[in-house]
Amino acid sequence: MSHFLVFAAIFPLNTLGHYLHWHIFLISVANLVVIVLMIVTFLVALFAPFPGRRRRRENR
Amino acid sequence: MSTTEIDRQWTTRLRRRAAGKLPPEKLLPDTQPTYVSSWIYVFGVATLASLVVVIATGCLLAIRGPQWWHGSYIGHFVNSLHLWSVEIFFFAMVIHLWGKFFMAAWRGGRGLTWVTGVVTFVVSIATAFTGYLSQTNFDSQWISTQAKDGINATGGGAYWNVLNVGQMLMWHIVLLPIAAVVLTALHVLLVRVKGVVPPFEQSTQVAQ
Repeated sequence: MSHFLVFAAIFPLNTLGHYLHWHIFLISVANLVVIVLMIVTFLVALFAPFPGRRRRRENR
Repeated sequence: MSTTEIDRQWTTRLRRRAAGKLPPEKLLPDTQPTYVSSWIYVFGVATLASLVVVIATGCLLAIRGPQWWHGSYIGHFVNSLHLWSVEIFFFAMVIHLWGKFFMAAWRGGRGLTWVTGVVTFVVSIATAFTGYLSQTNFDSQWISTQAKDGINATGGGAYWNVLNVGQMLMWHIVLLPIAAVVLTALHVLLVRVKGVVPPFEQSTQVAQ
């Protein structure tokens, strides 16, 4: 149970969400974080070397 | 029964057509083309894997019911697994969508594969939305009262009432999951029939 309390202290989910507001654009920080994470993951997936790719090319 | 009669049977014709389009070695291939060894090709199967967890945890929630997922530690845990597997499902599906969009994955007669993917995405959004409405808590009440105005503005509220918990639950656990799973199966079969779309430089080399 204490683990849950420590986790809850670090990530308090029982509070009002934080929002960013600019002109007509309104987005929660949580949604923005997920979108940024998706873009970063997409770029990493494009450029990160895939394990065994060089070996497969050499065997071809 | 003569050979001609057997040839004319719909079962014979269907079997031959299915075996011709999708022989076992194409359905479950031993190897993949070299260009598939990139992380961007991983997100389709990641979406599929998370869908399996979504369905499995959804079945557990259906077996035990709302009192269990609201009132016990293990119920909370399975409820959280269901939520987070949905989060990973959409996360992986959106990256899969971006990857396929920028490599124009509809090339080479793969138009129907692209369309089934798009429709599956839309059906998945509806499934997730009805899931929010089926939580049986204040969150689902809030979401349904906010959503009703939008749905009613379209005229669809007369048939699809987001304030009707029973109707939304049935859509969430029966109709929409069936549609999502059938469409996903069709999408995967089409990928197997047409093969994984090659990168642009590969398809140019093939054309030359």
